[in-house]
Amino acid sequence: MTNRKSFSLLLLYLCLPLCINAQSKLDSMQHILEVEIAAPRNSTKAIIPAQQLQGKQLKALNSLSVADAIRYFAGVQIKDYGGIGGLKTVNVRSLGTNHMGVFYDGIQLGNAQNGQIDLGKFSMDNIESISLYNGQKSDIFQPARDYGSSGSIYLKFRRPQFSADEKEHVKVTFRTGSFHLANPSVLYERKINDKVNASFNTEYIYSSGKYKFRYKRVLPGSSEVAYDTTATRENGDIHALRLEGGLYGRMDDGHWELKAYYYDSERGIPGAIVNNRWMNAQRQWDSSFFVQGGWRKRISERYDLMLKLKYANDKMRYLNPDTTLMYIDNTFRQQESYISLAQKYALTNWWELSLSADMQWNWLQSNQQGTAYPTRRSTLVALATALNLEAFKAQASLLGTFINEHIGDDAQGTAAAPNKEELTPAIFVSYKPLPHHNLTLRAFYKHIFRMPTFNDLYYTDIGNIKLEPEFTHQYNLGFKYIENPGRDILKQWNVQVDAYYNEVTNKIVAVPKGSGMYRWMMMNLGKVEIRGLDAVAATTLQLPHEVLLNLKGTYTYQKAQDFTHRRNPELEETTWGGQIPYIPWHSGSFIAAATYRSWQLNYSFVYVGERYHNSANIPENYEQPWYTNDVSVFKTIALNKGSLKAALEVNNLLNQDYEVVLNYPMPQRNYKLTLTYEL
Amino acid sequence: MSRSLIILTCILLFALLSACRDDVELFVSEELALTPPDETGGYQGFYLLNEGNMGSNKATLDFYDFDTGTYKRNIYAERNPDVPKELGDVGNDIQIYGSKLYAVINVSNKVEVMNAQTATRIGQIEIPNCRFIRFHGAYAYVTSYAGPVEINPDYTQRGYLAKVDTATLQVVDECLVGFQPDELTISGGKIYVANSGGYMGSGNTDNYERTVSVIDIETFTEEKRIDVAPNLHRIRTDQQGNLWVSSRGDYKGLPSRLFFIDAQKQAVTDTLDVPVSSCCMVGDSLYVCSVSWSYTSYSNEITYAIVNTQTRKILTRNFITDGTEEEIEIPYSVMVHPASGYIFLTDAGNYVTPGLLYCFNSEGEKLWSVRTGDIPAHFALLK
Repeated sequence: MTNRKSFSLLLLYLCLPLCINAQSKLDSMQHILEVEIAAPRNSTKAIIPAQQLQGKQLKALNSLSVADAIRYFAGVQIKDYGGIGGLKTVNVRSLGTNHMGVFYDGIQLGNAQNGQIDLGKFSMDNIESISLYNGQKSDIFQPARDYGSSGSIYLKFRRPQFSADEKEHVKVTFRTGSFHLANPSVLYERKINDKVNASFNTEYIYSSGKYKFRYKRVLPGSSEVAYDTTATRENGDIHALRLEGGLYGRMDDGHWELKAYYYDSERGIPGAIVNNRWMNAQRQWDSSFFVQGGWRKRISERYDLMLKLKYANDKMRYLNPDTTLMYIDNTFRQQESYISLAQKYALTNWWELSLSADMQWNWLQSNQQGTAYPTRRSTLVALATALNLEAFKAQASLLGTFINEHIGDDAQGTAAAPNKEELTPAIFVSYKPLPHHNLTLRAFYKHIFRMPTFNDLYYTDIGNIKLEPEFTHQYNLGFKYIENPGRDILKQWNVQVDAYYNEVTNKIVAVPKGSGMYRWMMMNLGKVEIRGLDAVAATTLQLPHEVLLNLKGTYTYQKAQDFTHRRNPELEETTWGGQIPYIPWHSGSFIAAATYRSWQLNYSFVYVGERYHNSANIPENYEQPWYTNDVSVFKTIALNKGSLKAALEVNNLLNQDYEVVLNYPMPQRNYKLTLTYEL
Repeated sequence: MSRSLIILTCILLFALLSACRDDVELFVSEELALTPPDETGGYQGFYLLNEGNMGSNKATLDFYDFDTGTYKRNIYAERNPDVPKELGDVGNDIQIYGSKLYAVINVSNKVEVMNAQTATRIGQIEIPNCRFIRFHGAYAYVTSYAGPVEINPDYTQRGYLAKVDTATLQVVDECLVGFQPDELTISGGKIYVANSGGYMGSGNTDNYERTVSVIDIETFTEEKRIDVAPNLHRIRTDQQGNLWVSSRGDYKGLPSRLFFIDAQKQAVTDTLDVPVSSCCMVGDSLYVCSVSWSYTSYSNEITYAIVNTQTRKILTRNFITDGTEEEIEIPYSVMVHPASGYIFLTDAGNYVTPGLLYCFNSEGEKLWSVRTGDIPAHFALLK
């Protein structure tokens, strides 16, 4: 037991610097581990590795939800409406939230209604790694759906792993702190027999969501206060329960898993803070259930087979009880069924082929008057090939997507959107020019689209069944350099830089429609061009007195311009070439983690530079840069059989008053205490 | 090597930290020189209220000075620096009465009362979900969607008309009207309120309101309803004391349309096949512009027209004569200067970025245009 522990600890330390970029050593080590536990050797590695956060580094990030952690990746912008229950969505390389695929333990999370995944809802409890792939995971042995987004985030959760003499693991965590947070969670893992392990996990979150925020304005050109108001954010409370269970099995040359997930929450929607209205009353109830399974087997030396299944049922109720506004009490129910079969065949030891076929059904129902009950059947077929010639690696894939839509009987004159067929390619290459240096050059091109959501197509009044998919083209060129001097202080350092050009065409935008306020129609009108640069650098230093220091920095430059044609040339001039909403030109992050025996000190910093809240880049729409400094201290204490870990975190140390989204104030300095007992 | 790396990291860190965030400054107004009209007709200029998209808190106030031809953009914050979060969210109406300027700010649940000459704040009238304001005698009358809630068995909520003392800025009386009342007009001792039912009808056309409420100004009670058409919006009194009411239609099969109410008969006696989003009554002319969505062409169809209120005929189907209409995206509001006949027309563009204000001479030829705030929408002429 202790041996195993110290080994994994050692492994962790060795890997930490690499984690960020994953691949190479870590991957192979993990790979070895995994093979040992589950998979029968081999799985083609991604040609362009992910940006990855995992293990200690991930835990060091003072994050409660996945969204908080993703801020530390290069190329990522998070739209955060503030607070524990607030909506948090991710946008990678300015392509838009709807272009991101989020995968929960290997299977994509769907939202056919609005295409948006609220990452604020996904807990960091028991998360093992978060990986971000631009384009796609360049691994050909995967479901067809994994080829279907412009970028993908893979969330991987802890799986039970037992040494020979272990039978069960228990982990109890309690978090508390600002916003009246009470967040207990329990993890129980059990070895059922030599081949099957089980795990059960539950978590409850309560927070009043109350926090102080401040709006201060000064007179132009002076520091004389015009107004300075502090108030409390109200109606941001959240009650959420999560239950999760899994069975993990292995067999000869293969493994399988089955997971069930249930999430139930009630939350207030704190809303925009506007003049004379500092409080809102809207509420939202979410209840999500899914069950998913995977099975994977090496049939022969050359042939691998993988099967994935999922059924999801999501219910969302939105209530506006505010008697000064339109009364709304709407319930939406979405269901999704999914099946995928992927197969890989090795023609030679350097050339592989794969074919994946997925079928997916989505249903939406609601009690909203005049809405259609749409059903979508998506068939995805992906053909891919991979070449692995030592220094040179390449992958090419072609995805065929076939969409059929139907409308239930209740639709009042609404027709279903026409069927759609799209063929979209992707190609990834990497080259290692110097045999004795760990320098990898890499490039990719990907053309993909996102389907209009059910809301885009059918939402009362707004929906437009004539919508075409929204396309993206991505061109990426970059390199990665790793050096392991392994001596003295500097143990390891690496740097990776990618430059890219992206285009979003046929962008679905809301266009004013007819007379009267707030009447819109979804149209394929927009065009965005993105020129960007992502850079990541990391190093590990072995300082005197057993202090291990890990440093990681990211920098992102993005010029994301709106080139949407408009009818009015004078108005076109106000938005033409303008930076699109909420995308900063410069942003970055920095993480430092120092470990000394059982102590760990972490510092993390996020910087988001100046930006505009709409593409008319005029002073009225200007948003100041914001940055947060977070600090935490961890201490682990060994207790007879188990261990106790205490973590104290201070977030927004400099007490900055800032907004990520206009009129949604973010919390000032806040604290969190976490106690974890592990047996 | 490693030391330089640490130093480098530190430098990087401090560089980041020093890329500082300043105190946020209040907006300053901008002044632009434009051509003044040929004759001012005794008016100093006009205020233009920009609605700002919902949730953006970007209702802003612009002023065009007829004497000098200067256009001052976004003056409210500068004139009232101590008002937290400025003018507010979604400006829905603006009027001048006596020496005061009244701006109805819908989502901010208030009528902002300012000095008409300086746009400095005098106070505010708290009315939830307030829509439009008109005046008579010592009182202001404001329509609101937010009447008492009834659950019988469905959730319903009628609107009301608030009577406000213009001296104390207090609501002194309320009178229930139909569902979601919009514009109102006062003539012949009656207040006429156009009821829309906008919250009720979005899923089902039959649920829209289709009546004008007639309120006796002395007793301040609803006397009767005049049946017109679904989803009423604008209501104006012409020189003869008769009423012109617009229906928004149901945005689907039923188009927007203009109706004539004979004041004597208190009933609809005529209708014109012209859609109306915005209108302006000058003399015997009702200038109308509208945008309506066509499900055939999947685009907005735009109409400009002048209606003669005496003959009840459409004088012209386009009051812009130089081709400028080809480029206007969403004509949102029209105002005609009574003396010079100049036509001021706003283009709300895409609602989320700034719009434009156009000035045309009485012949309909463009003189100038200027960038405004977001959704330029409501005019108030200053004497």
